[in-house]
Amino acid sequence: MPLSTQSQTNEEFYVLVATLDNARNLSNILKAIAFKDHAIFSATPNGLKVTVEDSKCLQANAFIQAEIFQEFTIKEDLVGFQVNLTVLLDCLNIFGGSTVPGVLTALRMCYVGYGYPLTLFLEEGGVVTVCKINTQEPEEPIDFDFCSSNVTNKVILQSESLKEAFSELDMTSEVLQITMSPTQPYFRLSTFGNSGSAHYDYPKDSDMMELFQCTKTQTNRYKMSLLKPSTKALALSCKVSVRTDTRGFLSLQYLVRNDDGQICFVEYYCCPDEEAEEE
Amino acid sequence: MDCVVTGGNVKVLAKAVQSLSRIGDELYVEPQEDGLALRSVNSSRSAYACFLFAPLFFSRYTTDSGHCFRCKMAIKSVQAVFRSLATLEKNVERCHVKLDEQKSRLTFTLHCKHGLLKTHNLSFQDSESLQAVFDKDASANIFKAQPRLLVDTVVHFPPSLEEVTLTVSEDRMWFKNHVEEDAEPSKSMLTELCLSSDEFDHFSVQSKNSITFCLKELRGLLLFAESIGLPISIHFDEPGCPVVLSVTDTVLEGNFVLATLSDDNNLHKNNSSQPPPPPPDDFMNDDMDSYLIAMDTSVVPGPSSRPEPSRLAAENHRTHDSDEEDGSEHMDGPPNKKFCSLFFGSVLPPPSQMSTQPITTQEVLASDSEDETQLE
Repeated sequence: MPLSTQSQTNEEFYVLVATLDNARNLSNILKAIAFKDHAIFSATPNGLKVTVEDSKCLQANAFIQAEIFQEFTIKEDLVGFQVNLTVLLDCLNIFGGSTVPGVLTALRMCYVGYGYPLTLFLEEGGVVTVCKINTQEPEEPIDFDFCSSNVTNKVILQSESLKEAFSELDMTSEVLQITMSPTQPYFRLSTFGNSGSAHYDYPKDSDMMELFQCTKTQTNRYKMSLLKPSTKALALSCKVSVRTDTRGFLSLQYLVRNDDGQICFVEYYCCPDEEAEEE
Repeated sequence: MDCVVTGGNVKVLAKAVQSLSRIGDELYVEPQEDGLALRSVNSSRSAYACFLFAPLFFSRYTTDSGHCFRCKMAIKSVQAVFRSLATLEKNVERCHVKLDEQKSRLTFTLHCKHGLLKTHNLSFQDSESLQAVFDKDASANIFKAQPRLLVDTVVHFPPSLEEVTLTVSEDRMWFKNHVEEDAEPSKSMLTELCLSSDEFDHFSVQSKNSITFCLKELRGLLLFAESIGLPISIHFDEPGCPVVLSVTDTVLEGNFVLATLSDDNNLHKNNSSQPPPPPPDDFMNDDMDSYLIAMDTSVVPGPSSRPEPSRLAAENHRTHDSDEEDGSEHMDGPPNKKFCSLFFGSVLPPPSQMSTQPITTQEVLASDSEDETQLE
C-alpha cells in the first residue's frame, strides 16, 4: 500500500521512468547478453543500452530504443548505473515467465538517481510486485574503438544458416577462426578440436548472404569461450552482420525482433586471440 | 579412396555410424574393392558389427585397387560430422569422403543447401584387421522379421537391461530378461514375451534351444533397421556360439555378431540337478484363470519344499503341454524363480497362501493343444 502511493507522489523525483506492456520485450533481449552477473545500464533520450563485459576482451551491448517503450521519460542526457543482471532477470520473470497467450507482465522501471535502487513495478493479472535492486557505480565500458572507417570486411547473413553452424561447432576447439576474403573461401568458420579440423564455408553468392563486402583476405582467431555466449543472441536474431577491422577486432551485430515485431539490436565485440596472424 | 554419397543415402550412412557407436568407441574404416566396410567392436570383443556399402550405394566410388588400406578413428568424431541427424535429409545434398594417406586425414565434405559447405578433416590411426569369422547361412536356426516386431518386443525391457534370453521352439520364440542366479528374488522382475512364428517373415528352427546375449548392443541394429525400413535376420546355432543379426538390401549389408553365454552359464544354477523346465506357454491360453494358477504354482523357493504346488504344477503342465518331448522336467515344477509377468503385474503370494486357492477344482479351459515345450 505505501509503495503504490509512493510511486505516485515520487513521480517527479525519478530521473528515469520506462514502461513496457510486455516485460518480455526487455527480458528476452537481456538474456542474450546475460553471460556475466553485472551489467552497465546507460540511458539516453534515444533509449536504453545495457552492457556486459568479460575479461576486457569481450563486450556485449543490447539496445532498446525509446520507441519500444510505452513510456520513456528521462530527465538527464545520460543516466548510468550498474546492477546485478541475474537478479534483474529474475525479477522480470517473477511471475514465472509463462507463455500463456494473452497473459503479459507489465513493467514500470523507475530510477531516482545516483545512490538509489532501481525500482521495478511488475504486474500480471492484477497482481503487482515491487522489486528494488541495489545499484552500483557504473564502470566505464571499454571502448573498442571500432569505427566504420577501419572496417576491412563485412558480411550480412541470415541467422538461420549461421545458427546451424554455431550449434555444430566443435567445442573441443579453443579458438574459432574466422576467414573473410574477396576470394575463395569468402567466409569461413574454422575449428581445431580433438578429432581434427572443421570448416564451414559460406559462398558469397549464397542466398543466405545478404551483403558481401570484403576488401582484404583476413584470418583471425577468437577464443571459443568468449564467443560462445553470442549464440544466445544469434538464436534470437533474424540477421547478423559480421565485421572485422584492420586490427582483427570482431564486431557481431544481431537484428532481433521482439514479441511485437519491433527491432532491437544486440552487438558483440571481441578481441582477436593473441597468437592470431593477419594475412 | 574417394567416394560420394548423395541424397537419402547420406542419412543411411549417418545412421549406420550411429548404430556402430552403440557397439564400440572406434570406427574401423576399410575401403575394399567390393565396397566400403565400416566396423566396430566392443572392448571385451564380445560384440562386433560390420556394415558393407557396395559401390552402387555411392554415386561415385573409387579406391586404390591393389592397395589394402585400413584405419580407425574415434567414432564420436565421425558422429560429429553427421550431427543433427534429423535435418540431415533436408539440408545435405551430398557427402564427399576422401582419404589422404600422406596427411593421415579422412575428409568428409558435406554440400548443404544454400551453398553451405561443411568440411571435416578427421585424423586417423592405422589399424589391424578387424574381421569376425562367421557363417550365418549355415546356422541351425534362421529367422527374419520386420524391425517393428523386434522394436516392439525390446521396448518392454528396461533400457538398463544387459542381457536377454531368446528361446525357440518349432513355432515360437520367447524373449525374456536374463536374471543372474545370485540376484535377490525379491528384487528381480522377470519379463517374458512370446512371439508366434507367423509374426516372422521367415522362421526355421533346426535346433530348439536358448541363447543369452547382450540386448544393449542389439538396440543399435534395431535403430538402423527401423529407420531404413529393412527386415532383420537372426541366425544362431546353440548357446556359446555367436548370434548373428543382419540387415541386407541391394547396396548394403550390416551384420551384428554378438557372443552368447555358453551352455553351463545358461542354465539356472539352482540346486536342482535337472535343467529347469521351460516357462509354461500360458500366454497362448485364453483362460486367464488357469494361467494365474500356473503362475501361483511357480512361486517356489527351492526344489525341496513343496509337495502340493509341484503336483499341481505337474497337473497343469500335463494338461497344457500335450507334446512333451523330453522327460527332463516337471517334477520340480516351473522354474525356480519368482515369476512376475509384465502382463499381470503383481508379485505372486508366497506358497503358504496358496492353500486357499480352489485350485484342485479348477478346470483348465481352452488349452492350447499345440503347446510345445522348449529345450534349455
